[in-house]
This record gives sequence, structure tokens and C-alpha cells, in this order.
Amino acid sequence: MLKKNVLLFASAKERVGSTEVSLELTAEGETQTVTAGYVMERLGMEYPCLLDLLPSCRLAVNCEYVSEASLVPLVDSEFALIPPVSGG
Amino acid sequence: MFEPKITVELVDLEINREIYEREIAHDDVGAHAWFLGVTRRVTGDQVTKALHYEAHREMAIQQMLKIAEEAARKFSLAAVVLVHRLGTVPVGEASVLVGCSSAHRPESFSALPWIMEVLKRDVPVWKQDLDVNGAANWIHPAESNHAAES
Repeated sequence: MLKKNVLLFASAKERVGSTEVSLELTAEGETQTVTAGYVMERLGMEYPCLLDLLPSCRLAVNCEYVSEASLVPLVDSEFALIPPVSGG
Repeated sequence: MFEPKITVELVDLEINREIYEREIAHDDVGAHAWFLGVTRRVTGDQVTKALHYEAHREMAIQQMLKIAEEAARKFSLAAVVLVHRLGTVPVGEASVLVGCSSAHRPESFSALPWIMEVLKRDVPVWKQDLDVNGAANWIHPAESNHAAES
């Protein structure tokens, strides 16, 4: 079990009331990786206030979007929950 | 083919387009094109006082750079300028500036909407509508037809 911080923005940040949350994640085997989908699932379990928002959110790892099935490293990485963007 | 010049910035104050003119100047281009997205006052029944923008700054810069570089390749541009303002943007002021230059006008005319589409899809910037009654509402893409932006 590893602790991992996830950055929050915009409506996700407001709902949780914090700019980041800490999740306990179980890595796959000895790889110290998890799937992005698992991170989203854990976010929903720990923070039910995000549940209806999560389906429209994307996860970014080290400033790049990752797909749900992507294996992402738990060490030396930045996780960010990206709600639907509205720039411009 | 040009070796494109790319300028990408997040700014916290008013965008002054003129200072970016030299960034897209090139002796071998015949077209300079600009787009400014500004805060609109009225959207349907809603009266907006300002829009407030926040971002994942590091990621926004990285995504904006990717978009600018891809646009330069895709449309054979000599230069691309992509600037987004953060913080509060009052009615009539610009939140986003896109500029580009190319040998002929079709490339620049095509590049501007493409850059804006991808920016609105991928750059982690979020806006809140601050209305005249003091309420602040996050604007989500599904509601973009109602948002007080360009």
C-alpha cells in the first residue's frame, strides 16, 4: 500500500475543499504502477462528493493525459484530476 | 518549410496583442492572422460581470506548447503565439490570444480555429462566470453555448 497525492482543480477542488488529496493505493505486483482507472475508482470511494463528476474527468500524470487502462508509476510522478476544461 | 517560432505564455494581466506582433513577423510570410477571445456581457438571460480563470499552470504550458508545435507542423506556419490570461477578466477584455503567420493566407485562416478547438479540449484551464448578482458558477463544456466567452 502506497500513499499518493492527487492534485485537484476547479469544481473538484471546491467539492473536496482542498487543493490535493492523499490516496492509499495498492501497486500491481512489484512494478509500483497502477492503472489510471483504479486511481479514479479509489478517488470515488474515498471522496463520494466527486462521484458524479468523475465520469467527465481525466487523470493527468506528469502533465500528460492518460487513458483508464494506462499503467502509471506511483513513484516520482505527479497525479492530477482534470475536470472538464473550459479555457478560451 | 519554416523552422517555426513558438511563443506560449500564461499571463495574469491584460493581454496586449501589439507586443506579440514581432513574434510572428518573418520576411517569407504573406499572412499574419490573430484571434482574441474576449469576455461577453450578455448570454441569453445571464449578465456577466467578469470571467475568472484558473489553471494547472505547468500542465497548461506543456499542453499549449504541444498544440502550437502541432499547429505549426500541420499548417506549415512560420510562427505561433498562444497566450492565455488567468485570474479575473472583465467584460470586453481578452482571455486568450492566438496569432500565427504563414506564406499564404489559407494556412493561417485554417490554423486559428483548429488551435482554439484543441485548446478548449485539452488545456487545463477552468473558468467561472461571475455574474452581476455576485454569484460564481463553474462553466463546463456542455454548457459552453451559454458561456460568456468567444
